[in-house]
Amino acid sequence: MPGFGLSLGFTMFYLGLIVLIPLAATFLKSSSLGFVQFWHIVTAPRAMASYELTFGASFVAALINLVFGILVAWVLVRYSFPLKKLFDSLVDLPFALPTAVAGISLATLYGPHGWLGRPLEAIGIHAAYSRVGIVIALTFIGLPFIVRTVQPVLEDLDVELEEAAASLGAGRWKTFTRVLLPTIMPAALTGFALAFARGIGEYGSVIFIAGNMPMRTEITPLLIVTELEQFQYADATAIAVAMLVVSFVLLLAINALQRWSGART
Amino acid sequence: MRWLLIGTASLFLVLFLFLPLAVVFGTAFSQGIGMFFGTFADAGTQSAIWLTLVAAAVAVPLNTVFGLAAAWCIGKFEFVGKSTLITLIDLPFSVSPVVAGLAYVLLFGAQGYFGPWLQAHNIHIVFAVPGIVLATVFVTFPFVARELLPMMQAQGNDEEEAALTLGANGWQTFLKVTLPNVKWALVYGIILCNARAMGEFGAVQVVSGRIEGLTNTMPLQIEMLYSDYRFVAAYTVATLLAMLALVTLVVKSIVEWRSGETA
Repeated sequence: MPGFGLSLGFTMFYLGLIVLIPLAATFLKSSSLGFVQFWHIVTAPRAMASYELTFGASFVAALINLVFGILVAWVLVRYSFPLKKLFDSLVDLPFALPTAVAGISLATLYGPHGWLGRPLEAIGIHAAYSRVGIVIALTFIGLPFIVRTVQPVLEDLDVELEEAAASLGAGRWKTFTRVLLPTIMPAALTGFALAFARGIGEYGSVIFIAGNMPMRTEITPLLIVTELEQFQYADATAIAVAMLVVSFVLLLAINALQRWSGART
Repeated sequence: MRWLLIGTASLFLVLFLFLPLAVVFGTAFSQGIGMFFGTFADAGTQSAIWLTLVAAAVAVPLNTVFGLAAAWCIGKFEFVGKSTLITLIDLPFSVSPVVAGLAYVLLFGAQGYFGPWLQAHNIHIVFAVPGIVLATVFVTFPFVARELLPMMQAQGNDEEEAALTLGANGWQTFLKVTLPNVKWALVYGIILCNARAMGEFGAVQVVSGRIEGLTNTMPLQIEMLYSDYRFVAAYTVATLLAMLALVTLVVKSIVEWRSGETA
C-alpha cells in the first residue's frame, strides 16, 4: 500500500501546527508564572466558584440527559408513532445549531416574558439569568450524546433476552433493571461522560441565559473571556490550563469507557 | 405504559428542541416580512455573512484534506502510537472553544510568542481575519477525520490491493477505489464540519476583537445585535444559521438513507 509516508507526514504536520503547538504555548505561558502564583490564581474564590458552578451544572444536565436520553432512545428504537422520523432527525439539532443561536433562543424562551419563562415565573421559578438557566442550556447541548450512544446498542439488543426474562417471571421493572440496564450502561456512561465534558467547555449557549454574575452565575469559560478582555493574560492562561488538564483527564476517561463498552458488545 | 413513555419522550423533545427552533423563526418574522429583509440591507450584517463564508471556505477544505490523509494512514496501516494519534485528533472536541481562542492569542497576539515579530512585519493575525480562520480550523479539526476513520477501518485493504496488483498507481487507487467507498461518510463529515465552521462562537469571539464590518462573523453579529436589544435583527441573522442547521439535518437523513441502501 502506497502513501503511508505522505499521509502520516501531513497528518502529523497539520496536527502539530493547528492543535499541538497552540496548546503547548498555553502550557508554556502558564509555566512562566511560577507555581505559587499559578496556584494562587487557579484557587482564587471567584475561580473556585466558577468551577463549582461549571462542574455542578454540567453534572446535573448530564444526569437529566442520562434519564431522558435513555427514554428517548428506547422510544425511538422500540415504538412506532406519528412523526417518529422527524423526532429522530431533530435529536441532532444541538450538534447542528450554532451555540449563539441556541443561546439567544433559550434566553428568550425561558426569559420572564418567554413562552415557558412566564408560566415558570408564575410558580416561582426564575429560569433565565440563574443557575437553572445554565442547566437548561447544558441539557440542550448534551441531549444528542446519550441518545446517539445508547440507540445503536438498543437496536442490536435481542428482544428474546427480555422475553426470556419475562417468561422466567421477571416483572417489567425487574427486566429493565436486571437485563436492559446492565447491557446499555457502558454506552450510557460513555454518552454521559461526553455530555459532561462538552458541558464544561460550553460557552456560547450558556452566556445569554446565565446572567453572568461573578461568584454566582459565572461559568469558567466566561471567566477566561472576562480576564482576557481586561488584559489579564496571566490569569486567563492559568485558568485555561486548569481547564485543559480537566479536558485531558476526561478525554482519557472517555477513551477507557469506549473501550469498555466496545468490549461488552 | 407505552403511550406514557412516548408522550414523555415527545414532550421532552418538544420542550428542548422544537420550541427553541420555533422561537427563532417566530421572533424573526414578528415585525413582518419587511423588517426581516431590512436586516440584510445593513452593511455590518452583510460583512458578517461574507466573513463567515470566507472562514468556512478555508477551514472546510483544509480539514477535509487532513481528514482524508489521517483516515488513510490510520485506517490502512499499522504503526506504533496509532491509538495516541487518534486521541490527539479528538483533542479539539474536548478543549473548550474559549481556551482554543486563547491559545492563538498567546501565540500571535501582541503579548504572544510571535507578537513582536508579527508587529515588526506589520502582519495582523489576532483581531483580524486570519485569526478567525485559524480558530475556525481548530474547532472543526476532527470532524471529517472522525466520520471517515471507522469507514476506512471497516473497508479493509483488499480492494485497494487488488487495484494495485492490476496496475493502478497510488492516486488512481485512492480516487477510483477508496473515495467511492467512503463517499457518504465524507459528505456527512464535510456538512458537519461546515455547520460548525459557520456557527462557531466562543473561539472566534476571543480572537476577533469584534469590530463590526471587519471582524464580526454571523454568530458574533447575532450577539452584538442581541446585546443592543435589536432582537428582531438578531433573530433574523439567526434564521440563516438555523436554516443551515436544518439543511444539515436533512442532508444527514439523506446520507443515512443512501448509505443504508448501498450497504
